[in-house]
Amino acid sequence: MIDTPTGYAALGVLLFAMGLLGLVLGRHPVRKILALNVMGTGIFLFLVAAAARDSSGGTDPVPHAMVLTGIVVAVSATALALALAGRIQQPYAETDAPVQPGEPDHVSE
Amino acid sequence: MFPNDPSAWMVMLIVLPLASATLSYVAAGIARWVSVAAAFLTTIPVLGLALRVWHSGAVSHRIGGWGAPLGIELAADGLSVLMLTLSAIVCGVGSVYGFAYFAPESDAGKKGGERFWPLWLFLWGGLNALFLSADLFNLYVTLEVVGLAAVPLVAVAGAAALTAALRYLLISLMGSLCYLLGVAIVYVHLGTLHLPTLASVADGSPATGSALALMSAGLLMKMAVFPLHFWLPPAHANAPAPVSAVLSAVVVKAGFYLLLRIWFGALTAAPAIEIAQGFGVLGAAAILWGSLNALRAQRFKMLIAYSTVAQLGYLMLVFPLTARGTGAMAAWSGALYFMLAHACAKASVFFSAGAALRAFGGDRLEQLRGTATRLPVATFAFATAAVSLIGLPPSGGFMAKWLMIQAAFASGQWWWALVIVGGGLLAAGYIFRFFSTLFAYVPEPPTITPVPALMEWSALGLAFLSILLGLAAELPIELIRIGAPYAGPLWLGG
Repeated sequence: MIDTPTGYAALGVLLFAMGLLGLVLGRHPVRKILALNVMGTGIFLFLVAAAARDSSGGTDPVPHAMVLTGIVVAVSATALALALAGRIQQPYAETDAPVQPGEPDHVSE
Repeated sequence: MFPNDPSAWMVMLIVLPLASATLSYVAAGIARWVSVAAAFLTTIPVLGLALRVWHSGAVSHRIGGWGAPLGIELAADGLSVLMLTLSAIVCGVGSVYGFAYFAPESDAGKKGGERFWPLWLFLWGGLNALFLSADLFNLYVTLEVVGLAAVPLVAVAGAAALTAALRYLLISLMGSLCYLLGVAIVYVHLGTLHLPTLASVADGSPATGSALALMSAGLLMKMAVFPLHFWLPPAHANAPAPVSAVLSAVVVKAGFYLLLRIWFGALTAAPAIEIAQGFGVLGAAAILWGSLNALRAQRFKMLIAYSTVAQLGYLMLVFPLTARGTGAMAAWSGALYFMLAHACAKASVFFSAGAALRAFGGDRLEQLRGTATRLPVATFAFATAAVSLIGLPPSGGFMAKWLMIQAAFASGQWWWALVIVGGGLLAAGYIFRFFSTLFAYVPEPPTITPVPALMEWSALGLAFLSILLGLAAELPIELIRIGAPYAGPLWLGG
């Protein structure tokens, strides 16, 4: 029988895999950003589950520190990604034309 | 404390760019001057640390006095000093170049000048922290700092660069998260994150193997190794010239630096020889694919970006060339020296391309006919740096490739020598294709926007440096060998 921390750790890895799949297969930028967040959350769950498996019966604080740092990084990265995605969609907001990401013909300084 | 204490140098290398970044954000009017001053000041700790490592070997520093396993340590050996010097050269000359590129009078300066400098200095500070860290999780944090600073730098150019920047950000984050899961598995299985401690406790178990695979996959994404390279050409081609230079020259090498640290330093018990050959095959595919696309490129900066994809393939050859023991030292030195030579040459070429773009308003092949008459300094810089990119003597690129070819023959893997030579031929192909256009005779030379002399001359300075690296290779290579995972003779045979 799997004990609870191992179960949560496996769940974390599963979330990571699902997020990775969503990132690769998703079309819309916001969907990809959400998939990245799911991946991150999976890793954090894995770390928290790992913290519970301390030999002396307590919890290991180092993975908790890693999760906190990781959350901060994830928030900053998500903010940047959303700002960029919003900026790209902006000129097309009124015209409703689809955004075509591809190799641009000209370059601006 | 000064000058014999390496801790001061290491801390200064991280604090100085970060403090200058904050200052240039707060006082945007003098941001240009603050950044150039920071660039000159940062050379002092780099030189100090290099001298200290040269005299007494690898050094380390415990932040706050707390040692491993709970504390974070900074460490510097030959490889770290090489990378720090590399980023100091490219970011230093890039600051001078950016001083002219983002001058307040120019279009680029009006549009992005204020936003450029703080991001540039944060990127430099993050790179320094990455090359000095000796803790796996701290390396993740510095990787993210570098990525989150590099992406807005690409986006400063606006319009077409935004899509490329978003794609770069998504791939960068995917790579970081794969790396982070690997770090988590390492901690759960081995109980420590400190690199030197990991070297002694690492084993060949499946957990370590899966962690190694995850971390390598993440870093390969960040390194733009074939087939995960698709984000690089649009990002590097559409970014402003100084940003393209530092991205191609330093930021992608950060991923390779971490690969080296993990495969040759922390988890050496794990790898198998088949994986080493597999990495070599990826490298050869990158050389081939990048060169072929460079041959088809229609824009100057796109050509250079695909050239970066190809040249990063040479770095991956360090894995098979060191796998069999003999010639490993030559392969290690060759790959590291390649990073240095390529950084100088690629930055120089991007600076020339930026000057041409500023002059002609665009960088398509047909727009650049007769550039040699209008921008002689920039064209000469491009030609000189191209000598190192192709790998012709007496450049740094030749020295690096020579070491790697020697290693290929010494370890009995002659096919990698063929790959290296073939890559040089392909590089000559795509470079000479642009040469013929640049030096074309045009009866009426085109009218151009004036280009600041500082831009052209900084390109030329870096090009001369890449040739100098070939002429004076002994000293840097001796420095690289400090703390290397291999011992043994450098020059094989007679």
